[in-house]
Formats: sequence, C-alpha cells, structure tokens
Amino acid sequence: MSEPVIICRDVHKWYGQFHALRGIDLEVDKGEVIVIFGPSGSGKSTFIRTINRLEEHQQGTIIVNGIELSHDVRNIAAIRKEVGMVFQQFNLFPHLAVMQNITLGPIQVRKWKKKKAEEIAMQLLERVGIPEQAEKYPGQLSGGQQQRVAIARALAMQPQIMLFDEPTSALDPEMIKEVLDVMVELAESGMTILAVTHEMGFARAVADRMLFMDAGSIVESGPPSQIFENPQEDRTKLFLSQILQH
Amino acid sequence: MTTNTSEQQAVPFWRDERYLQVIIQVVLVGAVVGFIYYLIHNLVTGLEASGQPLTLSFLKQTAQFDIGEKLIEYSRASTYARAFLVGLLNTIKVSFLGIILATILGIIIGVARLSNNWLINKLASIYVEFLRNIPLLVLLVFLAAGVFFKLPKVQHAVALGKIAFLTNRGVFVAWGEPTASWPFYVWALIIALFVALVVAVILIRQGRETGRMPLYWLWGTVAFLVVAAIGWIVITLATPQPPLRLSLPELAGRNFKGGTSWSPEFMALLLGLVIYTAAYIAEVVRAGIQSVSKGQREAAGALGLSGFQTMRLVVFPQALRVIVPPLTSQYLNLTKNSSLAIAVGYPDLFAVGGTIINQSGRAIEAISLTMMVYLTFSLITSLFMNWYNQRIRLVER
Repeated sequence: MSEPVIICRDVHKWYGQFHALRGIDLEVDKGEVIVIFGPSGSGKSTFIRTINRLEEHQQGTIIVNGIELSHDVRNIAAIRKEVGMVFQQFNLFPHLAVMQNITLGPIQVRKWKKKKAEEIAMQLLERVGIPEQAEKYPGQLSGGQQQRVAIARALAMQPQIMLFDEPTSALDPEMIKEVLDVMVELAESGMTILAVTHEMGFARAVADRMLFMDAGSIVESGPPSQIFENPQEDRTKLFLSQILQH
Repeated sequence: MTTNTSEQQAVPFWRDERYLQVIIQVVLVGAVVGFIYYLIHNLVTGLEASGQPLTLSFLKQTAQFDIGEKLIEYSRASTYARAFLVGLLNTIKVSFLGIILATILGIIIGVARLSNNWLINKLASIYVEFLRNIPLLVLLVFLAAGVFFKLPKVQHAVALGKIAFLTNRGVFVAWGEPTASWPFYVWALIIALFVALVVAVILIRQGRETGRMPLYWLWGTVAFLVVAAIGWIVITLATPQPPLRLSLPELAGRNFKGGTSWSPEFMALLLGLVIYTAAYIAEVVRAGIQSVSKGQREAAGALGLSGFQTMRLVVFPQALRVIVPPLTSQYLNLTKNSSLAIAVGYPDLFAVGGTIINQSGRAIEAISLTMMVYLTFSLITSLFMNWYNQRIRLVER
C-alpha cells in the first residue's frame, strides 16, 4: 500500500475573525475520486484551494505527493506542477489562442519544446472533443468549450492530481453534460480527482467517496451509496433533501 | 377602429424616422458650414479693410530678438521662420524627454501603489494625491521661482562631487566631449546597433520556435554595450585618444566652463511636467493592472508560473489594453501642457510665438501656425497609439 497522495491533518483557516476551515482531516489515495458538496459558504472551495496554495492555511499540515506545503516557495512551485486546477469561471487567458493557453504551462514551467507541447496539446484537445478550436481565442468559444479547454490546459502539465472548483456552475444546462462527460472519462482513466460540485449524477457514477462539508468541517464522508441511501447525519439528510427535491 | 399600418395610410415624411435622420444631419451640416464661412469671411474682409491681409510672408522677415536656448544656429539676424523652428525644437525636446521620464516614473509609482508593503504603498498614494490636486501652473512657478532660481550663485554652487553643480544659472554636469577619433566611434556605434538588432532578431526567431520568448531587448542591449565597449577600446588603442574625453565643469571667473548645462527654466519645466504627469500615469497603470481579474493570476499560479512569469506573460499583456488609450491622452496632455513654459521663461513654441506676435503684429497667422503644430503633434501621437492599440486588442465573438 503506497502513501496517500494528499494528506491533510487538522487544517485550519481564518479570514480575519471568520473561522473558515475548522480542522479538516483527509487522506486521498492515488486514483481516488472524491466529490465535496455542501451549502455555500461551508468552506468547500476554500479547502480545495488550500491544496495548491491559492489559499494559505494557518494551522495544520498539508502534504501533497510527499511534499509539505510550507512557506517555502520552492515547495509551492513543486506542488503546483503536480496539481491541476479547473475553475468555476474557466479563467482562460483571453489574449492567447486556445493552443497557446494549453502550451503556456508546459513550455514555461516544464520547459518542454514547443513542438512536443503542441503535439500533446492537440491530443488533449481531441480528448476533450474540440481539436478544431485550437487556433481560436477564448472569447470566440461557448462556455462549455471554454471549460473543456481549461481542463485540457490543466491536463497538459501532466498533473498527478486534478482539482475541480464547481466546474459546471457557470454553464448553461446544455453545456454541463459535455463538461461532465470529459470529467467522467478522466475519472475512469485513473486520475486522482477532488471535485467540488453539486452534480449528484456525476458523484453517483464515478465518486469513490463523498464529503459533506458544513460550517468549515467535514460533517460526513462515505461512498455514494451510503451518502445517498443511508446518510448518518441530520444536516446531510436535510441538505440532500433540498437539492434532490426537484 | 383604425390601425396605423403602412398599407392603410402612408406616414408623412416629417414623421418618418428615416427622413428625419437625414433632414437633421443636413440641417446641422448646413448650419456649421454657414457659421464657419461667416467667421472666415468676416475675418478676411476685416483684415483687408485694415490693410493687413492674411499672409505668411512675414515669416521671411528678420526676427530681431534673442532666444535664450536653442538647439540650432539662431541669432537676432535670423528670420521669424527660424525663430519659430527654434521654439518648435525646444517644445519637442522638453516633450520627448518628459514623456520618457514620466512614463518610467509613472510605472514605478503605479506598481508601488499596488505594493503589499504598507510604507511603499502609502508613499505612492501620497505622491499621487498631492500632485494630482495642485494646478500644474502653480507647481511650475514653484519649481522655477522657489527651487531652481533659488539655488546658490555660481560662486557658491552646490557641488555633487566634481561631476555636477547646482546653481541659479542652471545645472552644470560633466559631459563627454568629442575628440578627433569621435567620427570613427560613430561607426562603431552603428555597428553595435546592427549587432544588437541581429541578436534580438535571432532571439525572437528562436523564441517563436520554442514558444519561450527570451528577454530579447535585454540581450540586445547587452550586445550593444559589449560591441560599443570593444569599439571604444580598439579606437583608443589605434588612435592614441579615446573618442570622448570627460569634460568636467569648472569655475572660471563668474561662470562654469566645460561639461554641459541645463538652464533653470528648462529644469523647472521638465521636472514639473514629469512629476505632474507621472502621477496621472501611475493611476492609469494601477487601473490597468487591477483590471486584470484575480482569476487570471490564480490560473497562472495554479499552472506553476512564477510571480514574474505571471506578470510578464499573463497580467501585463492584458493590462496594456486598458493602459494604452488613457496613456495616449496623458502623452498628449504633457505635450500641450509644455506650452506653460511661458510661465517659467523657457522659450518653447508658444513662448516664441508670443514674441513673434509682439514683434510682427501678425497675431492670427502666428497663433494659427502654433495651433496647427500642436494639432499635428497630437494627431501623429494619436495615430501611432491607435495603431498600437488595434494591434493588441482582444479577439472576441
């Protein structure tokens, strides 16, 4: 049994007086798919953003891929290389074409040759189903296409772990499916995934574990079967009944 | 019940919006053209009645006045046209240097205003708030009357080592004086420039190939300096003297000799324009950088780009699109504000134009010429900046 790829022990974070994360403990094994859900303001996004240091945690330990996240900038850079991230608002670079968006990281950070980076970028664009958009600019694409480019951009760095921060929340309903299809395919390929999402269909289909967060703590965790059929905590039941009603 | 549809009833043309649009424009154009014609007609007939028809022939007459600072040969015996040119070049000199220095200072202060360092941040804010809230004319008069003309007399000059002396007659600084071998060195500099360009082009080409653009301007500059240094050594060894000899300002009687000098008027005007415009440029730069969303920085960071790479490859190219248009208007403002030179006694285009009007009585012609020149400057700057802005604009659906 190998080391878990992510180890979080007693992680705390405050925004001024507000206690956003109250002692998160979590171990993630290689290839695991974890879905984090919970009411807004419960700290789900904050938590996954601490894993690649977009948010700083003030107490506790986070070890990613054997490297501890500390104030050492070299560690932060090393971890960011191994952790890909997809944002709710896509955050593609509007001044660069799709191809350049995807190759920027590999060329600048991984120091690959342009040719190699472009070949891999093209393979990824085919994987997410939009190879014909390579020369376009983000502003010329639909939301769903932009999010798929964002996924390709994160994958181009060949990360060990992928973080998804509400990847479908800014999309029109008909575009959600195209993004989820890509995510399902990725999960099935053995990628380690942490996803904040309320797409319960996705969770049921591919999640190994689901975490329900509320008020900065993990209230309940377990496989989808347990969470959906037999939740233990009242807060989980209440929340699920609210989002599954319709 | 009746309905107003086109089948039933044609709309009269005075209620038809298509006709109305055209009619309004025709009426407006007619009114403007008529008014301008009236003004010009009035002017021409008035001038003819007073025996002074509009003409530029006075420009060939002798100016008969001195100009304190000149970049070209000029004396009392020169023509008005020549005097005009002297003023024009003085305006170009102060505007050109002003734009470069204000841009550098403005960028530094703009970035400082975004600094996380409390002290730097507050100092930059105070600078901007102070300078934006005093009139430029007051600032210029203060710098001239309160600073540069209040410097000690030549005999008691404030010495900065041996290389610079601050006096009420101007700032005297050490300067390179061309020697007999200087003409050879000019060729060395041209070769150095050529080498620098070649290096930059090779690096750019290589950057396109690898996708990782090197700092080609930096290496180009380094190449230029290296070749220039080699040229210097070779020429110094070949001809027994270096191309430039250091000329130190030295007190000789009642004035300094050697080196070069900048008049108090010029220093006051340049410094005033620079620190004043830099405050505005700082705000433009700050707004531009802030316009790039936090998400962009986060996405770059999540890819593993360093802070410098994020700035250079993601933030700055996007900020530039917001910065360039207002920066253009700051450049135009600086150029136009340089006409306040008259308040500190620097002989710029407008100041010389005023003297020409006094001497020749040709107010309309001289002031029209002056306006034309400023207009031309502004249009050229605008055209260039618009072209640049067009080139870097974002592609959208």
